[in-house]
Amino acid sequence: MLEQVSLDLPATHEAIASLKLGSVVYLNGIVYTAREGVYDRILNGGSQLPEGLIASSNVNFHCSPAAALQDDGKYHIGGVTATASFRFSKYLAKWLDLTNTKIIIGKGGMPAADYKSILAPRGAVYLTTVGYGTGALLGRGVQGVEAVHWLDELGIAQAMWMFRVKDFGPFLVDSDLQGNSLFAQQGELVNKNIESLYNGLKAPALHRYGETRDRKDELM
Amino acid sequence: MISNDVIELASYEIMKQAAIDIPADYLDGIKTVAEKESEQLSGFVIKTMVKNYEAATEDRRPMCADTGLPRYYVKVGDKAQFQGGFTGIERAMRSATARATHDVPLRPNRVHPLWRTEHNNNVGINSPEVEWSFEPHVDWIDITTVHKGGLFGTDYRMLFPGDGIDGIKRFLLDTLISFGKRGLCCQPAIVGIGLGGSKDTCMQLGKQAACLRVVGDRNPDAKIAELELELMDIGNSIGMGAMGFVGSSMVVDLHIEVGHTHTGGMPISVHTFCLSSRRATARINADGSVEFRTDPKWFTPYHRRETISWEGK
Repeated sequence: MLEQVSLDLPATHEAIASLKLGSVVYLNGIVYTAREGVYDRILNGGSQLPEGLIASSNVNFHCSPAAALQDDGKYHIGGVTATASFRFSKYLAKWLDLTNTKIIIGKGGMPAADYKSILAPRGAVYLTTVGYGTGALLGRGVQGVEAVHWLDELGIAQAMWMFRVKDFGPFLVDSDLQGNSLFAQQGELVNKNIESLYNGLKAPALHRYGETRDRKDELM
Repeated sequence: MISNDVIELASYEIMKQAAIDIPADYLDGIKTVAEKESEQLSGFVIKTMVKNYEAATEDRRPMCADTGLPRYYVKVGDKAQFQGGFTGIERAMRSATARATHDVPLRPNRVHPLWRTEHNNNVGINSPEVEWSFEPHVDWIDITTVHKGGLFGTDYRMLFPGDGIDGIKRFLLDTLISFGKRGLCCQPAIVGIGLGGSKDTCMQLGKQAACLRVVGDRNPDAKIAELELELMDIGNSIGMGAMGFVGSSMVVDLHIEVGHTHTGGMPISVHTFCLSSRRATARINADGSVEFRTDPKWFTPYHRRETISWEGK
């Protein structure tokens, strides 16, 4: 059995420091979504952070919900699923400094080097969603929408959603405050077997760039 | 005469079913894969996914919030009669897409590729895609929708006859390993391989092989069927499971579709249909009644014909 942890938000430094790679985490409190649309707007476009964001949440979810505006003006949140985080690497150092965010949730983790150089030094860790399609379970964990910012400008998928959540999960701890990465550790184990899979298979007649990095090479 | 309203309602209903209810064949397939999985992390992921399918069906909410790029496959019987013509069918399906996007809700994923502008309803230029196929002797219309994510897990390569089966194996391994790391292609998946045709046909065949055939279905060509099973075993022996963790759960099933191709080439495409393999089909009968199912039955003997004329039933 994998260890299970329930965290109240905003998460304290002690709680974050005690998280172990591969533990299963559930969250209670407020999480906010932000991805390239929000990052660009605030870090490059000069927009200000929403008032009260820093006090209410230190969890950034790389997520676009399946949401719709109901006739009564409330939001109907159906499924909630993360998007791949590695694409947002370039924004993160500035973002963590600006928002005091301590937990990043997303799909697939970030390059292991980023944990050592960006997240861990700022007291932040990365949680990954599970299987990546647990939209219904995560949707159940969303109790309501506290606020939504830049919905008109960025659209449903890119807007900043503030979700009030309870038993929100499961997530797996991918990085710790030492900057270790579960994905990297597992990847290394998988890699040991990879070369042998190609044993005896002949090389392709025509190669592609990617198999050689030198664009001056002929591919035949 | 089939009315346009019936087509719209059926299209709307399958949008909803596809987003919410996991097809039974895939669920059985994933349970079989889970039984063979001996690694704790990969096993935990699959168990959690099974709980997620149950939650989706109980709550009537989408199993995955990335409801993909909703699209349609339509098979029209030679004898089907429908009001509004073919453009009427397309109009009905666009309307159903927009309504389902609001009501289910589906995520309005569709944006203009350059301006990133959207209509918040998954309708736009060339979207939703509609692929047409026909069937002799019958008077019904089958409409299938597929909701598949779009970023990872698909690749194409021009191989040559001399590359042979080795080339296919190598390219499959390349694709599964590159997109399987960190589980970016959301494995365990139904893998579709397109072989032959023109480049665009090759892509289309592989996609249809992944999305329009059920788990357990085998190609009617016995040698291709054998290759399907052999390649599935190769995928599951990479040592990679769900989310790219150590394990054996990579491929739930593997389907190959072929098309006659250029004598000098053997184009191949590989597609992975994710842990939320969403498809649903409506058959609209001549009397306007509608039956729902999760097997698209797209690759009929007529669809795979290789002769000039067709004498089959």
